[in-house]
Amino acid sequence: MIVLLGVLLVVIGFALRVNPLLVVTVAGVVSALLGGLSPLHILEAFGSGFAASRSVTLAFVVLPVIGLLERYGLQQQAKALVSKAAKLTAGRLLLAYLLFRQVTAALGLTSLGGTPQMVRPVIYPMAEGAAMRSYGDVADAVTETLKAHAAAADTIGAFFGEDCFVAIGSVLLIAAYVDANYHLKLDALQIALWAVPTAIAAFLIHGFRLLRLDATLTKLQ
Amino acid sequence: MIAAGWIYWLLGGFFFLVGVQIALDRMHPRRWTTAAFWCLFGASICAGDAVPSWLLGAVVIVTALLAGVGLTGRGTVATTSEAQRQASAARTGNLLFVPALTIPFVTVLVVLVAGRLSFNGRALIAAGSQTLVGLGVATLAALAAGWMLLRPKQPAVALIEGRRLLEAIGWAAMLPQLLATLGLLFTQAGVGTQVGIIVQHLVPEDSRVLAVIVYAAGMAGFTLIMGNAFAAFPIMTAAVGWPILVRHFGAHPAPLFAVGMLAGFCGTLCTPMAANFNLVPPALLEMRDKYAQIKVQIPTAIALFAANVALMSIVPFL
Repeated sequence: MIVLLGVLLVVIGFALRVNPLLVVTVAGVVSALLGGLSPLHILEAFGSGFAASRSVTLAFVVLPVIGLLERYGLQQQAKALVSKAAKLTAGRLLLAYLLFRQVTAALGLTSLGGTPQMVRPVIYPMAEGAAMRSYGDVADAVTETLKAHAAAADTIGAFFGEDCFVAIGSVLLIAAYVDANYHLKLDALQIALWAVPTAIAAFLIHGFRLLRLDATLTKLQ
Repeated sequence: MIAAGWIYWLLGGFFFLVGVQIALDRMHPRRWTTAAFWCLFGASICAGDAVPSWLLGAVVIVTALLAGVGLTGRGTVATTSEAQRQASAARTGNLLFVPALTIPFVTVLVVLVAGRLSFNGRALIAAGSQTLVGLGVATLAALAAGWMLLRPKQPAVALIEGRRLLEAIGWAAMLPQLLATLGLLFTQAGVGTQVGIIVQHLVPEDSRVLAVIVYAAGMAGFTLIMGNAFAAFPIMTAAVGWPILVRHFGAHPAPLFAVGMLAGFCGTLCTPMAANFNLVPPALLEMRDKYAQIKVQIPTAIALFAANVALMSIVPFL
């Protein structure tokens, strides 16, 4: 039971808004000590964990390109492009992006989205461009809400699309784990197909909220 | 065969050069410590498994603590004004999208086409690295396309603009990797086993619906703690999914486990522990409230969790 103190430390640290890097480092060291790891083992665990997880940081490799394009007006051009489409409101635009993200992820094309390469340079400025056509200059609260919703549509679309694809990590994990431990022969395709009802539910639930977003923005403006 | 190693040199090199730029910036509010943070972070990414892991671990802890105790800061990087950007956008037009869209489309192209090619019976790209190699190739292609299109006067302008964005993210850039490490330490310390034991005590043996709810809530709850449904799945399945729901109540495994994993994903939407999904985007979008994205996602997560419980109570038992 005592090893759960590490978890408690994380929860308290995040709740008190202590710097997360400090919280995570301290919680990691404390849990490892409580779990009986030697100091050398702890250093090794930090090192091998960091080396093995480098791929999660890789998305930042695109930042110089995105920064260069922003310097020459990429966000402004995205706004200008959208301001010509008369019926496109911010909510409808994000709904279209949610659908695009879910469908492409379900086909295994998860790299067609993401915050550094799609949301910051293209999707968020487009949403703001659509809002600007409705309201003129947009209030700060509208900008903040649009940013949060653009990022959320990207994440929700990816999560509840990719699981419908056979060769994605979570589907393969389920098949591999169950086959190895319980001697079943689960077909990865079956698991992927059973993710489809949830994907549809996600689109209906979040899509409904996005359609109501425009009314919320009008109130904030 | 193309492996993914060079991409980490590209990424680490970029971080390191951001550190060098900060070291040269006399106006930076925390010049030397912030420079040290990015240089050490970059060097650690380049080094990876080429150095002993205890050494890398020590460097990683020092780097994390530099930012953790508040010694790093954000500098100001000179860039173009809003008016200049609008003028440039009017001049270049929709061609500006070409380098931007090069990144996702070339990545997909490399994954789909080059990922299938083999040379002398060996795969052209090492298995499991297709997306990483794709992103690396796509980044270089986009950089070349942007360069040809815009012809910037300063050769290093992409690195300077890259620093502007990376400083906007700040220390949050290190959080996803550190959280992955924490997950590993939790597992080694036996946190998962303990949670499994607790959950097993909570499962009612006589109610199928309650057992389904415990399995789904366990997936979501443990994912809230770990930030990753992959870590929760083996633990909850061993504690509840397999012994109680499949063996005792006769659930069909494929729909039960597929939707069970997605119940875990609902937890991912609500937790700062999934930093790369929930904390890095607000940092990159320079949002004032770093938890605003999670707040937007919570209502969808709750409704979707309920939908998943409904699916799991019915479909696997048909």
